[in-house]
Amino acid sequence: MDDLYREVIIEHYKNPSHRGKLDPHDISFADNNPLCGDHIQIDLRVDASGEVIDARFDGHGCAISQASADLLMESIIGKSLEEVKKLNKQDILDLLGIDLGPVRLKCALLSLKVLKAGVYGLGEASDDLLE
Amino acid sequence: MTLNVNEIRNDFPILDRETANGRRVIYLDSTATSQKPLQVIEAMNEYYRRSNANIHRGVHTLAEEATAMYEGAREKIAKFINAASSREIIYTRNTTESINLVAYSWARANLKAGDLVILTEMEHHSNLVPWHMLQAERGIELDFIPVTDDGVLDLEAYRTLLARTPKLVSFTHMSNVLGTINPAAEIIGMAHSAGAIVLVDGAQSVPHLTVDVQALDADFYAFSAHKMCGPTGIGVLYGKSVLLDAMPPFLGGGDMIKEVNLRSFRANSLPHKFEAGTPAIAEAVGFGAAVDYLKNIGMERIAAHEHEITEYALDRLEEIPGVKLFGPSADKKGGVAAFTLEGVHPHDVAQILDQDGIAVRAGHHCAQPLHEKFGIPATSRASFYLYSTKEEVDMLVNGIYKVKKMFG
Repeated sequence: MDDLYREVIIEHYKNPSHRGKLDPHDISFADNNPLCGDHIQIDLRVDASGEVIDARFDGHGCAISQASADLLMESIIGKSLEEVKKLNKQDILDLLGIDLGPVRLKCALLSLKVLKAGVYGLGEASDDLLE
Repeated sequence: MTLNVNEIRNDFPILDRETANGRRVIYLDSTATSQKPLQVIEAMNEYYRRSNANIHRGVHTLAEEATAMYEGAREKIAKFINAASSREIIYTRNTTESINLVAYSWARANLKAGDLVILTEMEHHSNLVPWHMLQAERGIELDFIPVTDDGVLDLEAYRTLLARTPKLVSFTHMSNVLGTINPAAEIIGMAHSAGAIVLVDGAQSVPHLTVDVQALDADFYAFSAHKMCGPTGIGVLYGKSVLLDAMPPFLGGGDMIKEVNLRSFRANSLPHKFEAGTPAIAEAVGFGAAVDYLKNIGMERIAAHEHEITEYALDRLEEIPGVKLFGPSADKKGGVAAFTLEGVHPHDVAQILDQDGIAVRAGHHCAQPLHEKFGIPATSRASFYLYSTKEEVDMLVNGIYKVKKMFG
């Protein structure tokens, strides 16, 4: 259980390397976790070949949601949008290096839902995007 | 006479269980749902083992017994809140359904476009959304009694709102986040002087305070069994019979009718008019047992015990650097302590406390607008009941220091 607050998670929560907004940006999307009111906005810059060249997140939430957003931003820079579309739940759990129960899983996955909804150009971040 | 908490705790087997890592559970989430004493668990168990049958029309022994138990519980509940008659006690699923019953039946028969409904800024979503829905459907208007910075209702602003002659005032007797106990009799009296009908959300008050619906002069009063030592799945709408009698039925089906023809029906009399279909019979039996249990201990003693624990908890929490408490001082509130811890999200607070077996709730507690008012997305909330102890408060405080260390 203490694993949940591994140093890497606390570190990314307290000192995120990819927090902020991008202006200009090519893709921007925001949504909430309705259960706890957590909010995440993600801005991306994408080059002509469809490669993510910069990524930032902003918003508020618990250590799990903020750390996973930061780790996710870090991991997608240099990836193509096609690769981003293929990311799923397990990729986030691998980034965090922990197992999560059903309630906290929602915190961890909010950034992925927001990211994929933005990349697909959808109106809202649905759970279908996690598979 | 003060409560013998150790004796009371023996009635709640769950308080003895261990959580995942071998710590005994410290249950500080009674505002979400209370734990259930053996007396309630056994009453429901006994009902299923001995008396289970469908109620009303049956003439056999079991049906007679089940009906007597179901209706007997209604009598107990009526006395518990001092209703004039058990006809005024409508069983529902919970407080939310009780409020929806008023919104669907009374309000749709009595409110038209432009009519004003007054709510407050401290309402639970259950006393907001039904009115949002009616606003979308009917074009009623909504306005809100503001909450002051110290977490009480601004009655001067309320007086101004009343000049706009609202048709309905609907408010919570006790806030599930701030713990504020609102001056219900005064709010109701003012509403009546302005010609409005009053609905009270009593989900948090009936479990913790002596509630007398006649003394309050409430027109409607809603509450749930599961927050007052009873089972989930059953609640009550109290309504003055003169209002309930005039209201159209809500759900249609069996039991709510006097007579049905192929093309028409005649509605049953109170309270059955509003209880379509097979109800939660075992739950009603459990509800009756919960009322007996609370009555035997005495609501004054329960309230006094909770006050002592709350005062102690607020004092101890206030000492912790970085903790910010929400709501009024202990003399104006029930057993709720909602707080934030600087630099740590409430979910993380709750999760780390859970490692020591401490159960608190984190989030907006179904009162998102209230949190927006205070400019915070969420709080952690510890809440207390008749089985809570000062030692548990101490464990909570130690736990919060542990959180601080982890995030320090």
